[in-house]
Amino acid sequence: MSGTRPSAPGAGRAPLVLVLPGAIAAVLLVLPLITLVATTPWRDLPDQLGSTVVHQALWLSLETSLLTVALCAVLGTPLAWLLARVEFPGRSLLRAAVAVPLVLPPVVAGVALLSALGRSGVLGRPLLDGFGLTLPYTTPAVVIAHTFVAMPFFVLSVEGALRTAGERFDVVAATLGATRWTTFRRVTLPLALPGLVAGGVLAWARSLGEFGATITFAGNYPGTTQTMPSLIYTELQADRGAAQSLSMILLAVSILVLAALRQRWLRPL
Amino acid sequence: MNPLPRLPRLSRVIGLLAAVTLVAPVAACGSDSDDSPSSDASSSGASSDGTTITVLAAASLTESFGELAKTFEGAHPGVTVKLAFDSSATLAQQAVEGAPADVLATADTRTMDDAKSAVTDAPEIFATNQLVMVTPADNPAGITSFDDIENGDVTYVACVETAPCGDIWATLAKKDDVTSQPASLEVDVKSVLAKVTSDEADAGFVYSTDAVAAGDDVKEFPVPGSDDEITSYPIAVLQQSDHSDLAREFVDLVTSKQGRSVLEKAGFGAP
Amino acid sequence: MTSRALEAPGLDARLHVPDRLDASLTAAAGDVVAVIGPNGAGKSTLLGALAGIVPAIGSVEVGGRSWTDPVVPVRDRGVGLVFQDQSLFPHLCARENVAFGLRTRGVPRAEARARADQWLDRLGVGELASRRPDQLSGGQAQRVAIARALAPEPALLLLDEPFAGLDVGVATSLRLELARHLAAFDGVAVLVTHDALDALTLADRVVVLEDGEVVQDGTPADVAARPRTAHVARLVGLNVVTQGGQLRAFSPVAVTVSPGRPHGSARNCWHAEVAGVAPHGEALRVLARADDGPELIADVTPASAIELGLAPGQPVWMSVKETSVDTYTMRP
Repeated sequence: MSGTRPSAPGAGRAPLVLVLPGAIAAVLLVLPLITLVATTPWRDLPDQLGSTVVHQALWLSLETSLLTVALCAVLGTPLAWLLARVEFPGRSLLRAAVAVPLVLPPVVAGVALLSALGRSGVLGRPLLDGFGLTLPYTTPAVVIAHTFVAMPFFVLSVEGALRTAGERFDVVAATLGATRWTTFRRVTLPLALPGLVAGGVLAWARSLGEFGATITFAGNYPGTTQTMPSLIYTELQADRGAAQSLSMILLAVSILVLAALRQRWLRPL
Repeated sequence: MNPLPRLPRLSRVIGLLAAVTLVAPVAACGSDSDDSPSSDASSSGASSDGTTITVLAAASLTESFGELAKTFEGAHPGVTVKLAFDSSATLAQQAVEGAPADVLATADTRTMDDAKSAVTDAPEIFATNQLVMVTPADNPAGITSFDDIENGDVTYVACVETAPCGDIWATLAKKDDVTSQPASLEVDVKSVLAKVTSDEADAGFVYSTDAVAAGDDVKEFPVPGSDDEITSYPIAVLQQSDHSDLAREFVDLVTSKQGRSVLEKAGFGAP
Repeated sequence: MTSRALEAPGLDARLHVPDRLDASLTAAAGDVVAVIGPNGAGKSTLLGALAGIVPAIGSVEVGGRSWTDPVVPVRDRGVGLVFQDQSLFPHLCARENVAFGLRTRGVPRAEARARADQWLDRLGVGELASRRPDQLSGGQAQRVAIARALAPEPALLLLDEPFAGLDVGVATSLRLELARHLAAFDGVAVLVTHDALDALTLADRVVVLEDGEVVQDGTPADVAARPRTAHVARLVGLNVVTQGGQLRAFSPVAVTVSPGRPHGSARNCWHAEVAGVAPHGEALRVLARADDGPELIADVTPASAIELGLAPGQPVWMSVKETSVDTYTMRP
């Protein structure tokens, strides 16, 4: 539990065979970010910060990413609990299926969503015929697309936390007369909270950067479906510099939010 | 299966990494120009001396240039024409950055202007294109003319203004006093077409060449005033070309009568 | 044997866990039963099966009510479990830990907290009520764990090695205190331990478990004086040998160690090899393995140890006077 880590004086120097690839990895990760910042034309920034389109996109990004995290928490936590705690046929199959969106190219995710919820989709068609509802081109579609790609991060993270916490305390709670629901609320969930927070941050980050599935499934219209990444991609077609400074805005917002969270929640991360 | 919207391959991969890096779109910016163009080397017959010319061409030229490349290879035994299709802006950027290529053909003059420093002589206009409206083959909204997009129940999509097709759309929409709004502004014309062919939109605004390429999957309607807003396709030999003579000959083929007929078949207009 | 005068219905359990346990256990209300036995004997399995957290075949009846027909889920059994590692909820303070079992049984929050505080006071850790488990010492945590198990007033209290891992001093004072609380407890308490002292000081009855079966069941004095297994003999510091279907117990103090074969009865005389020598109080305790099987212990003075030159591997003779041997039968 305690964070004290005694130094190991006898461990010796780090071997070059580890240091070298490690250093290359670090350069590969850090260098493009540095050059991105260095080559950004900051003169565009004031104009962009004042632009309605940017405001709309930024606001929509924040709104949809937070809604995504909320949806992940409300729906993903029970799923993670089922996967971690309940034996049922097809459980390992379901766990594998949950992880699939992780490796699915986002555009394919968008196509998959269209095939299910598009106007002529398997669910979308009855929805349209029965209730006159269409999802594509709406903000809920953005949230659905984001949730589709972000949920696996959340579920796997929480499931991992639930497994790590183990069933020991669930058993203790049961001997103290707690029902499964009480146990979940008062014991399981609080103990898995670090995993929930980590999963939430991952899901939020994934959602904030999501673009392929969104633009394919939800479309790209300022104010309703155009998030920051979509705007950046759109801008990229005309003016790379403008796209870069927009990226800086997105980067700044995400760093701000993460820093704010770190104070309270992310120390273990 | 519906055709996938065309997006740079790398951005999909990068999208996956978004959660970790937080900067997927940022990374995607950087990647576009570095991404090697998806190449479609159409090699008919063995190339004995291995001469290859590389042609950077706007995506809308995929079918017609494929056919012309075969013609060219037939006339020049031992020569292979390698075709790289991408968005005009990306190709222009690649040309300027010295990509090893011989010919550049873009979908508008503006992008060719961007590549001015990389071309040898004045670009030639070899084709034109214009905006048309397409609906899905079964026309679910029962559209009969361009004016029907003002009907509030019609969901239609167009290109975003930063793309050439969106620029034209915006101009025409203004001219034609369109008051309704598109449901989505797609990043490129192929995405617009995909939305229509997959029934996710009742109508979309694409180039006449796209409508021809989509064949029976769409119904085509004229857009008032689009004759005045045609886009011109320029072609030029690149300075970095190692085979400028062959490159020149390829340009000549494209601008020849034979070339024109191939292009017309694909829906392009004459310059 | 204990009186089985079950005036108040206590515990009547017959439990079978394949390959691990096959045991019966009965006790009167108010009884404290110590379960001892070597590692892997099935002690914890027995506790788990009683609580319902280890699947078992058989019947459990507590306070006249069956927990197995129909099956009563763990949460409704009214057991209090004290775990070896305390298993306090790490995210709750001591007070909330103790109040947990009251809250789940519908006690209003404020009252549950007040009662939790009373229990913590009773166990001498009232001033630590607001601390989290990671801010408690092992002994303090075990007191909180005992309070938590007792607070809901269970019909059956199960304690799994509650003093394991505690300092000797801490364990001793906690043992005395637990004795007081167990005396006041009117349900049945089952205490699993590997320490003879626990069994002798806390229990009304001792049940010896080996290979999942009950091999001895008696008063602490009975079991201590006439252990029926080598393990218990070792626990209580006695030698036990089997001879002619009878068990013969004698104290290590009564054993004489000599280099040559002593005179006297052959049946009280063993040729053995010294396995180890360790200080034991004022004396030295010699552990030796007899040629024909049994392990024997003998307490010798340091002087005679030097005189004998005792070292591992050395052959010696060990003998005991017949008058020091208690002979009893295997099965009463």
